Amino acid sequence: MHKYGDVIVPIGPQHPALKEPESFLITLRGEKITASSVRLGYNHRGIEKACEERTYTQGVYLIERVCGICSHSHSTAFVQAVEEIAGVEIPARAKYIRTLIAELERIHSHLLWLGVAGHEIGFDTLLMYTWRDREVVMDLLAKLTGNRVNYGINTIGGVRRDVSVKQKEEVLKAIDTLEKQTKYYIDLATKETTLLKRLQGVGVLSHEDAISLGAVGPTGRASGIARDTRKDDPYAAYGELDFKVISVDNCDVYGRTLVRLGELIESFSLVRQVIAKIPDGPITVRVPRKIPAGEVLSRYEAPRGEDVHYVRSNGTEKPDRVKVRAPTLANVQSVSKMLEDRYLADMPIVIAAIDPCFSCTDRLIALRDTQTKKSNTVIWETIRLKGIEWYKQQGVDFTALNKKLSKKLHL
Amino acid sequence: MGMISKIINWSRLKSPWVLHFNTGACNACDIEIIAALTPSYDLERFGVVLKATPRHADVLLCSGPVTKQIESRLVRIYEQMPEPKFVVAIGSCACSGGVFNGCYNVAGGINSVIPVSAYIPGCPASPKAIIDGVVKLLRSLETKERKSGGKK
Repeated sequence: MHKYGDVIVPIGPQHPALKEPESFLITLRGEKITASSVRLGYNHRGIEKACEERTYTQGVYLIERVCGICSHSHSTAFVQAVEEIAGVEIPARAKYIRTLIAELERIHSHLLWLGVAGHEIGFDTLLMYTWRDREVVMDLLAKLTGNRVNYGINTIGGVRRDVSVKQKEEVLKAIDTLEKQTKYYIDLATKETTLLKRLQGVGVLSHEDAISLGAVGPTGRASGIARDTRKDDPYAAYGELDFKVISVDNCDVYGRTLVRLGELIESFSLVRQVIAKIPDGPITVRVPRKIPAGEVLSRYEAPRGEDVHYVRSNGTEKPDRVKVRAPTLANVQSVSKMLEDRYLADMPIVIAAIDPCFSCTDRLIALRDTQTKKSNTVIWETIRLKGIEWYKQQGVDFTALNKKLSKKLHL
Repeated sequence: MGMISKIINWSRLKSPWVLHFNTGACNACDIEIIAALTPSYDLERFGVVLKATPRHADVLLCSGPVTKQIESRLVRIYEQMPEPKFVVAIGSCACSGGVFNGCYNVAGGINSVIPVSAYIPGCPASPKAIIDGVVKLLRSLETKERKSGGKK
């Protein structure tokens, strides 16, 4: 038996290892973590409600500010949803420009992550190196869109800026530089003992746990879930482009590093394909101010994983309801699993490995019973059953298919 | 004014230690603050060093509108900083609440909670603007010190 009891250490909302205000309660026995819980909400601003008070066009710029790292992801997911409700098909050139910006954003986000991961393991040289290279892509984004972050390139019905021939050349040149540097980082990550010792076997999330906890993006792909919205449900120009979904079976922080580095190389190839294939033509179509009634769920593969936006319109120029499900919300549950039985010193890198973005995550849902006025919690199983019921009413029945699948997966 | 406090003042101007605190920002300004400290902009050449705790910091860099959740924490962090202390509001949201002004969970700009010495606008404030703002703040302190003959 242990001589001493467990100690609860509060970490955050202001903490050197966390760049954002969030709070973790870590239960320790000696140096080992026995349990942990996350407290979200410090960043909750009420964007979803604010969207309902603004027109669709104003909403694009507000939604963009859900997150300052994957701002293009949120705005694209939102405009895609609105365009689908309105029944508008955007020009092919606009689709390609959206894809170009999306991939450049992925490059900047993954380079940023690599630097942050370096910082969290006490390897600040890596932070300085990657962030120096990241400025190449930031300059490129500034030239193409007019701003370093919060690009404002999306509008309902297309994009706001065209890409000139000269800009295309600049993009290709910058991509060459970045590819050379990324290859150096891949070499570093696979050979440098400091990195290997610090990343391998840390923050393990098994394949089964990743599925049951609903991990998305690089976190899921590092645990062998080869899922990528760009491939599974192509949007923008991804259906016409050729790329691989990177997934590995390492299940640890090292695996997540490999996935992100691999995705960087894929992104460079995607950018080159976009530049080669981009068709001529207009970049916007006119969309009426009033959007007809309807509801749409829009999916988008953000650098951190699948980003889901739900938009419901009621026939006016303002949305009736906007719901954002950011990738970090799907991944944050897996953190407590990864931290179990690990040392406290591994906590920063394990949290950083899911590339958390808490400004994306802090959306609030409070369910209240209309009769008793009491708030109640809905468990995952209830939502799942409700979903199955809803689809059955629509005439879609997956029961037979599910049985087949469970036999195949030996569940 | 004694020799020691003169040295302390000189070192404060030559090497201000900063603390970064996200009060509900969208991350854009925070990333730009870090970008300003990395090689291509290199704020460290002015002696600016990012510190981990409010007790070591001279300057508090705040980004984002103040959400109601974080309000009491911001005041607590401000109170933990040793005198003299300065607050820099980075980004449009920190200056006035920006696009989030009027949201139900937003208290407003940083100045609605704690006193602010310098405002750096922009959405997000670019690293160049942040460097400009910090250098201007240091200059203003330098001239103030000269005018008062080294007295506070």
